[in-house]
Amino acid sequence: MENGSATKDFITLLVFAVAILTMPIWMAPIGANYPDLLQRFAIYGIFAIGFNLLFGLTGYLSFGHAAFLGVGSYTAVWSFKLLSMNILPALLFSVLFTGLLAAVIGFVSLRRSGIYFAILTLAIAQMSYNLAYSVLTPITNGETGLQLRNYDVRIIDNLFGKVATEGIPSTNLFGITMSGYSGFYFSAVVLILCFWISLRIFRSPFGITLRGIKSNQKRMGYTGFNTRPYLLAVFIISGMYAGLAGGLLAVTDPLAGAERMEWTASGEVVLMTILGGLGTLSGPMIGAVVIKYFENIFSSIGDQRLLEIFSWAPDGLQHALAYVVSPFVGNGWQLTLGLLFVVIIIFLPGGLVSGFKRIFTKLKPIAKGVAKKEAKKEGADTGEAGT
Amino acid sequence: MSKIITSKWSRRDILKAGAASGIVAGMPMFYMKNAFAANYLNDPGSAAAVTFGFNVPQTGAYADEGADELRAYKLAVKHLNGEGDGGMIHTLKPMSLKGNGVLGKKVKYVTGDTQTKSDAARASAKRMIEKDGVTMVTGGSSSGVAIATQSLCQEAGVIFMAGLTHSNDTTGKDKRRNGFRHFFNAYMSAAALAPVLKKNYGTDRKAYHLTADYTWGWTQEASMVAFTEAIGWKTVATVKTPVGAGDFSQFITPILNSGADTLILNHYGKDMINSLTQAVQFGLRDKQVNGKDFVIIVPLYSRLMAQGAGDNIKGIFGSTNWHWSLPDAGTKAFVKSFGAEYGLPPSQAAQTCYVQTLLYADASERAGTFMPSEVIKQLEGFKFDGAGNGPTEYRAADHQCFKDVLVVKGKEKPSSQFDLLEIVEVTPRAKVEYKPDNKFFAGGKLGPANNGV
Repeated sequence: MENGSATKDFITLLVFAVAILTMPIWMAPIGANYPDLLQRFAIYGIFAIGFNLLFGLTGYLSFGHAAFLGVGSYTAVWSFKLLSMNILPALLFSVLFTGLLAAVIGFVSLRRSGIYFAILTLAIAQMSYNLAYSVLTPITNGETGLQLRNYDVRIIDNLFGKVATEGIPSTNLFGITMSGYSGFYFSAVVLILCFWISLRIFRSPFGITLRGIKSNQKRMGYTGFNTRPYLLAVFIISGMYAGLAGGLLAVTDPLAGAERMEWTASGEVVLMTILGGLGTLSGPMIGAVVIKYFENIFSSIGDQRLLEIFSWAPDGLQHALAYVVSPFVGNGWQLTLGLLFVVIIIFLPGGLVSGFKRIFTKLKPIAKGVAKKEAKKEGADTGEAGT
Repeated sequence: MSKIITSKWSRRDILKAGAASGIVAGMPMFYMKNAFAANYLNDPGSAAAVTFGFNVPQTGAYADEGADELRAYKLAVKHLNGEGDGGMIHTLKPMSLKGNGVLGKKVKYVTGDTQTKSDAARASAKRMIEKDGVTMVTGGSSSGVAIATQSLCQEAGVIFMAGLTHSNDTTGKDKRRNGFRHFFNAYMSAAALAPVLKKNYGTDRKAYHLTADYTWGWTQEASMVAFTEAIGWKTVATVKTPVGAGDFSQFITPILNSGADTLILNHYGKDMINSLTQAVQFGLRDKQVNGKDFVIIVPLYSRLMAQGAGDNIKGIFGSTNWHWSLPDAGTKAFVKSFGAEYGLPPSQAAQTCYVQTLLYADASERAGTFMPSEVIKQLEGFKFDGAGNGPTEYRAADHQCFKDVLVVKGKEKPSSQFDLLEIVEVTPRAKVEYKPDNKFFAGGKLGPANNGV
């Protein structure tokens, strides 16, 4: 099952890195090459990759991962407010704090498996959401969202006397502001690092143990394995990934709102992972891109834009086409996404990645020379789908 | 378990390759940077059109208001481009627009759904700024969203013309140089309502507040508490309720035994419709407490809400920014063209959004550019009339419009499905005006203008 050679792995990583870093170019034809969306692709990619470590490897479905995302954001914003506008302490605290929280939540919820685990995590996440919304308002600023203010203390920055500017300073990495493209490239580099770590975990004995838990936890127990520490470890790692993603959301846009922790956000990451390919390396990333693309681009197509798109058709047909398509775009983007999801689950249970794999296997004999390299990459990519 | 994998790629190799691909991938960033070598962000330059961004809630508790705001925006764009009957362009004074777009450019627009959530609103505003190249973002219907979007526009370097946002903080402690608000605020509502309440309900009342749990609710509750206590009322309790709760019965039952004889509903949109309807269903208005009839007050009223709440609003006092039945020329022109277009009268949300769009366009025309810092100079301290609210001033110190406030009451005998509110009093501007450093507004700073480059 596990024979992704080191060379193959390196090629996978390289292809992944190049694909991510060149997104501003190849996303241009589909209108997705603006910094905010690119940042979202990268950040939710991290979130989904981390989620996949838990769900894809062990089969434990956490329905409350958004809580970590939210806590990561809040932590980062507080770090901006209290310590420094530099993003490194913010990210560090996000990861550490969510790791700690994950340890506590994991310790409680991992006592059960299957549906009970899912319900426990969902309950805890909803509890965090409601806390952030009501009781913890002094810390989270409730519905309004936690925001930066002119009069924030920023101890470290003030220590070095960096308060010359009027207005709210922007988040930065030693002077490089973290909005726009620089924010994207920073997130992209973090994403590639996270992908690499995920790859190492997939290949490691630790990863194999986790897959063992997925295929038969009882048998693992009979062979003398105490599975709980392994589960807790991967739950914490996965929570830290989510915390990092939440921190990055605050880095690129310093505002944290409770809605980030809502159960719909937890459901979204499940969809991303399954849509892209559960248990595969790059599947979650692909799923994240597809869903964020739908959310941001499909939802913004209005009637005006539709008529523009169908302007090639004769007048009557143009309006007819726009009429037929309009329920599926704009506010109806979730409808399209739902249909896509149903189609993928029925015809491609392995997710989009397995679809690409099938296409490449078909193409292989036809265009050996060209397809060989990519098929190889796909093989490396999906080979570990495992059980 | 033994080590399974041996890599012939050392860590150093990976780092080298990573750095190399980073440099290659970084190239387009520098090319794209050049596109921004203009004087300000999203400069339309010699393009034939300029784009505005309309960011309104199309889903969530404030969706009705959002839909009406969008209608108004579309109408405003028509009038700016010289289509339709021109509406307020003919009544607004002073006015430099000629009905040929703005600065000779046709006005185009993009829309977005804020979902009444700060996160979604900022994502959609960012799309407008980064992808669609808008020079101005406008919209609202939730102060939380408006404040979040306003600070985003400040950071990005475009103008934000707030739509319906009633929290004191929007032009108080969260005010920004690039943001402007035409709508009135919670302080003004309370200041206008208090004398009317005193006249109708006396000076000995015990009030119970139900408050939407976010910036608008908080500031409105604080303002109402301060002004009602100044006329001698007592505050029994203030209870925060989540936005979009749907069911308020758990919050209403405690009121029955609290000894309060007045309920102040600091709710808006569908929340207000639900809480008011349930309060009436629980029989609050039929009760007698302390020898007085139990009364309900809704400080911020809108016709859309009145429509949703039906008979329950009869006789209930509140305040509003504007009402379609006003007799002035600006209101008449606007109601006429809105009615011709959509077959219904506009709401106060529609009016403020429409006026904001025209004001921005007019300021750009006068400035001769869309550069934010120049447009801001034109709007600060700008005095105008003919927009439906009488003489109005954009105060330079906090970017808040000052004008008369309407105190209204739910009509007992409505003549049509839109004729639901009657104007009890037009409170003159002087009565609701305050100093920029008033305690409800202090703490914020406008900061410098941002052109985004």
